[in-house]
Amino acid sequence: MSDLKSFYEGRAADANGVTVRDAGLQGMITLRGDLANAKLKAAVKKACGQAVPAARRAVITGGRGAAWMSPDELLILVPYAEAAATAAALALALKDQHHLAVNVSDARAYITLTGAGVDEIMAKCAPVDFANFAVGEFRRTRIGQVAAAFWKDEAGAFHIVAFRSLGDYVFDLLATSAKAGLVNL
Amino acid sequence: MEQTAQLGGRAVVDGAEIDGQQAEDWVAATHQALAKMDNVTIRTRMMGAGVYDHGYVIGYERLTDHDPQLDGPRHRLWRIRAKQIVTATGAIERPLSFAGNDIPGVMLAGALRDYLVNWGVSVGDRTVVVTNNDDAYRTALALQAHGLGVPAIIDARSAPSGDLVAAARAAGIRVETGAAIAKVMGKTRVTAVALAAQAGEGGVLEDIPCDAVAMSGGWSPVVHLWSHCGGKLNWDAERAMFRPDPKRAPTGAAGEGFVVTAGSASGALTTGEVLTDAFEAARAAIKAAGGKPKAGKAPQVTVVAEAPLEPVWLMPQGASYELRAKAWLDFQNDVKVADVQLAAREGYESVEHAKRYTTLGMATDQGKLSNINGLAILGDALNTDIPSVGTTTFRPPYTPISMGSIGGAARDDLFLPIRKTPIHGWHTDQGADFEPVGAWRRPYAFPRKGETVHDAVTREILNTRENVGLLDASTLGKLLVKGPDAGRFLDMLYTNMMSNLGVGKCRYGLMCSENGFLIDDGVVARIDEETWLCHTTTGGADRIHAWMEDWLQCEWWDWKVYVANLTEQYAQIAVVGPKARQVLQAMGTDMDLSKEALPFMQWADGRIGDFDARVYRISFSGELSYEIAVPAAQGRAFWDALLRVGADFGIMPYGTEGLHVLRAEKGFIMIGDETDGTVIPQDLNLGWAISKKKDDYLGKRAQERSHMSDPERWKLVGLETLDGSVLPDGAIAVAAGQNANGQRNTQGRVTSTYHSPTLGKGIAMGLVHNGPSRMGDVLEFTKGDGTFIKARIVDQVFYDKAGEKQDV
Repeated sequence: MSDLKSFYEGRAADANGVTVRDAGLQGMITLRGDLANAKLKAAVKKACGQAVPAARRAVITGGRGAAWMSPDELLILVPYAEAAATAAALALALKDQHHLAVNVSDARAYITLTGAGVDEIMAKCAPVDFANFAVGEFRRTRIGQVAAAFWKDEAGAFHIVAFRSLGDYVFDLLATSAKAGLVNL
Repeated sequence: MEQTAQLGGRAVVDGAEIDGQQAEDWVAATHQALAKMDNVTIRTRMMGAGVYDHGYVIGYERLTDHDPQLDGPRHRLWRIRAKQIVTATGAIERPLSFAGNDIPGVMLAGALRDYLVNWGVSVGDRTVVVTNNDDAYRTALALQAHGLGVPAIIDARSAPSGDLVAAARAAGIRVETGAAIAKVMGKTRVTAVALAAQAGEGGVLEDIPCDAVAMSGGWSPVVHLWSHCGGKLNWDAERAMFRPDPKRAPTGAAGEGFVVTAGSASGALTTGEVLTDAFEAARAAIKAAGGKPKAGKAPQVTVVAEAPLEPVWLMPQGASYELRAKAWLDFQNDVKVADVQLAAREGYESVEHAKRYTTLGMATDQGKLSNINGLAILGDALNTDIPSVGTTTFRPPYTPISMGSIGGAARDDLFLPIRKTPIHGWHTDQGADFEPVGAWRRPYAFPRKGETVHDAVTREILNTRENVGLLDASTLGKLLVKGPDAGRFLDMLYTNMMSNLGVGKCRYGLMCSENGFLIDDGVVARIDEETWLCHTTTGGADRIHAWMEDWLQCEWWDWKVYVANLTEQYAQIAVVGPKARQVLQAMGTDMDLSKEALPFMQWADGRIGDFDARVYRISFSGELSYEIAVPAAQGRAFWDALLRVGADFGIMPYGTEGLHVLRAEKGFIMIGDETDGTVIPQDLNLGWAISKKKDDYLGKRAQERSHMSDPERWKLVGLETLDGSVLPDGAIAVAAGQNANGQRNTQGRVTSTYHSPTLGKGIAMGLVHNGPSRMGDVLEFTKGDGTFIKARIVDQVFYDKAGEKQDV
């Protein structure tokens, strides 16, 4: 398939040492089921190489991993090209029990926020205590006026997931906030 | 957070001596020491606007008001979560209530002193000071020290005695004790005050010429931030003030207090008291936040002995009605002593009622200037004391904050998030005329150069009927419903059966609320044994998703069903018209798109061109129609490819108005046009879509109630004007006679109305009393300008009644 387009076609914006980037297409699978179930745990491990994360945590490295969405829902991350096959593999592994595994890669905007002071940019946009937001923590909340989820990686960068139709809003809000600069806390 | 531009509060102006230093030097040194600390952030021109649950504080920072040339935002709103909050909000001086206290030139003594010391502004050459406390003597002394005249200090107390009083006397200032201002003379400017005895009723002893009056009725701690979240107050009769009760602080999640007041905000009056109280407050807050305060002691202050004040609520105490009617309590809302007394006489005994009757302390004042004086007057009128009267409620913000600070970045393009389909960019490039649908902007039509919007709509419709049209239908809701109980679940949500829908097939369904009213419609596709895909209306996608989750989480929590909102996973494009199949075949496909292999109301997966497609043979236009879902990332390329390949077949995109007219020509209903929250499926002759076999579905019981099954309910019909013109939207069909209110009786209304390019005339649908049994009847509809237009009741399907065109 040629000419795949992410929401902002890979656009990036720099301001005050912070970069907001449309991080392109990222494979994402919504998995719902009994997260304590051994079969599900094994299937998740096989699908993304990570164990089922604890509540409000994400275990993601190099675009592979899992994030805790709710007591019965995970977001599984794999490379975009593998998403459909991974969803099918999950469904097959769990066919004997109640579950839902569905590819939602195209329904999402995936944005990264890197640079010094990103905590402050995020603090302007989301009702979260970023002073106490740990690496590997995952949060479903809102950015500005719309729903979003994010986690912080080892390097302190933020990875943000939003609805594709609103990706430009989230991007532009973060870019605007970065442009306004840090408030020198 | 410091509300003003400078730290240190009144101490600098009042000239205290702290730890052997002048207040100004001590404040500067302390500021410097704090600024050097890594764990201290100081922000000036920033007001604590409100204190809320769980240590949530709103700060309002004014960044460039003082220097508009500066770059950056003008105001900024801070949202802070604090373990502990120390409010050092100071105190506000109270006016005295005497006649003419609103005349220009009458000012609070502290304010007059600030003007003089901070800004070098002389309010008047001759200032009379009127007071019930020692603090106002500082104003008199400061004025005199600056070479300005103080004709007299009028002190309501009979024997004032503190150090400041002595200093004033020593400086040769005339001090009148047990005295009052009977009234202020002057109109646009103070010219004199009339001296009287405070104990009397206003008999004038002497006129004292002057051009300013400095008044002080004592100080009220600023308890707003303390009180916003529930901190309680005690009345201190000796100091005549409400003071925060440290035992009844605003409490957090574990019942612990999270606000501590410091200094004047606690009710401390002298610099020594203020510093001791603040020192203890800081220690208490540090401890409560889990820290360990360093050893130390409060700064030492050279004591200036001050005598207590004497509460004075009206001056003179027996002032006549004429004087009371000119004695202001609330300067901002124009409330006088006489007004509050009238409120009490009228029976507004509760302080909240009296406040609303008189507007005392409302709006910008929020009780700052007027509260205590007003309460005292009300208490006196009710023959009770101030604590029995109580206070009104303190509400955030402390002073008004700008809308801009609240809105923040939400302006211009960020004001309203607008949802965009993967094809939105193309629509914009074409100069499409947009309309809002839910949070989306959908193209209404695509006018070409020199074309009006109406022309474009006409062209798009005719081309779709004759050749082939293209619609961006990506916004339609797509809810995936899966699980062993999914069929049973959908049977409850839809009025018709969905559990028996065959895999690979599609069925149109209706959803009703528990009250029986039609709330959404759409085509459901059976994906596999356990999975259904429910299409909803564009505006209904999120609402219906939430509706499904509501039932699954709250009512049928033991049903095994999962729902996922896949609306945005796909770009969905409708290829519509007699040449639709030819276009798709020309795209190159591994699918058999013939009528036999993929009949009407079925779906199939396959490749179309270079794209992963799911093809639904459904039609909202009456034409041969394929709605094709491709992953959103492929959406734009798919759209471009269809336009390119379809060019040979005369393909043209059409917008939502074309969509509306096409469906109206076919008599299809539209949620939001034919429904308005009061319409049930039976009203729309949709009984065929209501299962008789099912025991239950949401809305079933309600639809059996007498009013819902009433044959007199208005029902859907088609309408055609006799002259071929277009009926006005929402027009009412009039009936003979008048109702009980003298209004013209009605018998129907228009729900959808358009010019049909296909038929070359106006067509409409409407709900009409006994409509379906009155075919051919002519009704009169209002035009809104007092005239009427005649329309005939006809079948609602104007085009291809047999449905042959969509089934080829």
